Amino acid sequence: MKILTGNNLKTGAVVWWDGQSWSIHVEDAVDVGDRADDIISAEEAARRVVGAYAIDGEKDAQGVRPAHIKDRIRALGPTVRPDLTLKPADPEAGNWVI
Amino acid sequence: MYKYDQYDQAMVDTRVAEFRDQVNRRLEGHITEDQFKPLRLQNGLYLQLHAYMLRVAVPYGTLSSAQMHMLADIADKYDRGYGHFTTRQNIQYNWIRLEDAPDILADLATVEMHAIQTSGNCIRNISSDQYAGAAADEVIDPRPYAELLRQWSSFHPEFLALPRKFKIAVIASDTDRAAMKLHDIGIRMVRNDAGEIGTQFYVGGGMGRTPMIAPLIRDFVPLDQFVTYSEACLRVYNRHGRRDNKYKARIKILVHELGAEEYKRQVEEEFAHLQGQGIEPPLAELERIKACFQDPAFEAGAPDEVDASDPDFVLWTDRNCHPHKQPGYISATISLKPVGGIPGDASADQMRLMADLAKEYSFDECRVTHAQNIVLPHVRKADLYTLWRKLDEAGLGTPNLDRIGDIIACPGLDYCSLANARSIPVAQKISERFAAQEKQDALGELKLKISGCINACGHHHAGHIGILGVDRKGVENYQLLLGGCEGEDTSLGKITGPGFDEDGIVDAVEKAADVYLREKQEGERFLDTYRRIGIDPFKEALYG
Ligand code: SF4
Repeated sequence: MKILTGNNLKTGAVVWWDGQSWSIHVEDAVDVGDRADDIISAEEAARRVVGAYAIDGEKDAQGVRPAHIKDRIRALGPTVRPDLTLKPADPEAGNWVI
Repeated sequence: MYKYDQYDQAMVDTRVAEFRDQVNRRLEGHITEDQFKPLRLQNGLYLQLHAYMLRVAVPYGTLSSAQMHMLADIADKYDRGYGHFTTRQNIQYNWIRLEDAPDILADLATVEMHAIQTSGNCIRNISSDQYAGAAADEVIDPRPYAELLRQWSSFHPEFLALPRKFKIAVIASDTDRAAMKLHDIGIRMVRNDAGEIGTQFYVGGGMGRTPMIAPLIRDFVPLDQFVTYSEACLRVYNRHGRRDNKYKARIKILVHELGAEEYKRQVEEEFAHLQGQGIEPPLAELERIKACFQDPAFEAGAPDEVDASDPDFVLWTDRNCHPHKQPGYISATISLKPVGGIPGDASADQMRLMADLAKEYSFDECRVTHAQNIVLPHVRKADLYTLWRKLDEAGLGTPNLDRIGDIIACPGLDYCSLANARSIPVAQKISERFAAQEKQDALGELKLKISGCINACGHHHAGHIGILGVDRKGVENYQLLLGGCEGEDTSLGKITGPGFDEDGIVDAVEKAADVYLREKQEGERFLDTYRRIGIDPFKEALYG
C-alpha cells in the first residue's frame, strides 16, 4: 500500500494521512493508491503539512507499518529515547521498528 | 570572553525581527516552503526526522555560564529538556516548533547568541581548541583571531552563496585538538625563527564523501594580514568552486583538482591584488577584541598540588584534566559519555549544573569540545576535588577522556533525515561492552568515531577506529575503518572489508581491540600499533 507522511507545518510533528486529515498515529494511515501527488499538492497548499511524501507501507494485525526503517523510526520516535516516543509507557511498543 | 558591541547586538536583534516576519509570512501563506526553506536554514532551522531541529552557534566553543543557563532554559521551555552538543562545537535541539523559533532566537539574543550561518553554503561557526587561552602549550590565545574571523565572515556579502558550506578552525599549539587539517581552512598560529607570531594556512581538508587532508598552502602569514589572506583563499574558491556538482563543490575538490601549488599560486596572486585595499580590519578593532580575552584574575601562588587520597578522583584527574598555563590551575573535561549514554546529549539540569560549576570554579566560562564534551578551562587545583565530587554526584564524572568509551557519534538515524543507519545505539553498545575500567585502562588512548552516513558528521574517517553506517537494501549495516587520526599527524581510516550488522560491529570492535592488546609494544597506543603492523592482522582477526 502507498501511505503519505510529512510534518505538521507549525509544530514539525510527524503526521500520516488518514483519508481526511493528518494523524500523528501511523496506525491511522490509509492507502492512497495513485492519488498521492494530488493530496500532497492540496495539503501543502493549505499549509497543513510540509515535506510530505509517499512511501510503501504494509498492514498487519497491529495496523499500518512503513516499509523502510527510517519511516518506522519517524512513526514512533527515537529508538534510543523510549521516553520520548508516542508510547512511552509501553516497553513493547517499539518491537516492530527495528 | 567576547562581549557584543552595539553593532553585534543590532545585527542579531535585526535578524530576529526579520526571521519573525518571515515565519509569520510562511504561516500565513504569503511565501511557499520553497521560498521559506533557504530563509529558515540561514537561521539554523532544519526539518529533521521528528520535528524542526535548531542548531545554535557556539563561537569557537566558548560559553559563559549565563549562556549555558539560557541553553538549558530553551531545552526546557521549547524542547524536551535536553540538547545535543555537536562535533562543530555547537548545540542542536531536536523538537522545535516553527512557531516558537523566533522566540527562541530572541531569547538567545539576550545572551549574545544566535543561529546565523549554522547552515547553508556560507562560512560556518569558527571552531578552535577547547583549551584556547588556558593551554600550557599554545603560542598565543587563538580566540581573538577566531573572533575576528567570526566578525569578518558574518554576513560577508561575497561569501553568503559559496559553492558549498565552509568550515574554518583556528588553533595555536603544535598539538592539534581541533581536527584543523580536516577543515576547509585550518589556521595554526605559530612563532617563526625571528620570534614573530603569524599563521600557517592549511587549505582544502574535509571529511564527508571524499575525505582529504589539507595541504599546507602558506607557512607564515603575518598576523596583520591573515584576514586578507583568508579572503584571498575564499575568493579563489568562490570563483572556481564546482557549483555544477554538489559532490564536487567543496574546496577540497578544487584544491585537489587544481593541485596545491596552482591553488596557492592563484591565492598569492589574489592576495597581492587585495593588499592595500583595506580588507584587514583596523588594529583598534583587534585590540578591542583582545581586551575581551584578558586572562581572568588568576590567584598568584595558588597551590599546585592535587589531593591524591581518593583513587577515583585521581583516576578522573589523570584522565580528564589538561595542563594549564597558570601554575595552580588546570582545565577539566566533563565527559558527556557515561557508560551506555547518548554521546553529546545533556539534560537541561545537567547544563544548569555545568553552568553553575563554571561560574563557581572556572571564572564563569565553559567550552564545548569537538569530541562532544564540556571543558571547564580554568579550575584552581585546590578546588578540583570539590568540583569532581559535585560532578560525580550528578553522573558527570566519567573518567574516560580519549578512551574507548569517549565515543563521538552523530545523531544518526534516530534523529537525522540524511542518515542510513543509527549511530547512537552502536555507541551505547560499545560503551557498555568496554565499560570495565580494566578494559579501558588496557586499551589506553583509543578514539572511536561513528557516523550514520557518508557525510561524516561523526568524524569516522578520523577515528583510530571509525564506524560508518550504510543502508544495505533497507537494513542497517556498519563498515569498520582503522587508522584514522585528527591530530597533528592526521591520517584517514581505511575500510577493513565487508560491513557488519549492529551486534556484529560491536564484536568487530572487540576483535580489533584484541589484536592491539596482543600485538602492542611498550608505550604504543592503538594507533601506533596499527601504523606499525598495518591492516592485515586486523583483517585476519575480523574475516579470517
Ligand atoms: S553523518 Fe549523516 S547521519 Fe550523521 S548527522 Fe551527519 S548527515 Fe546525519
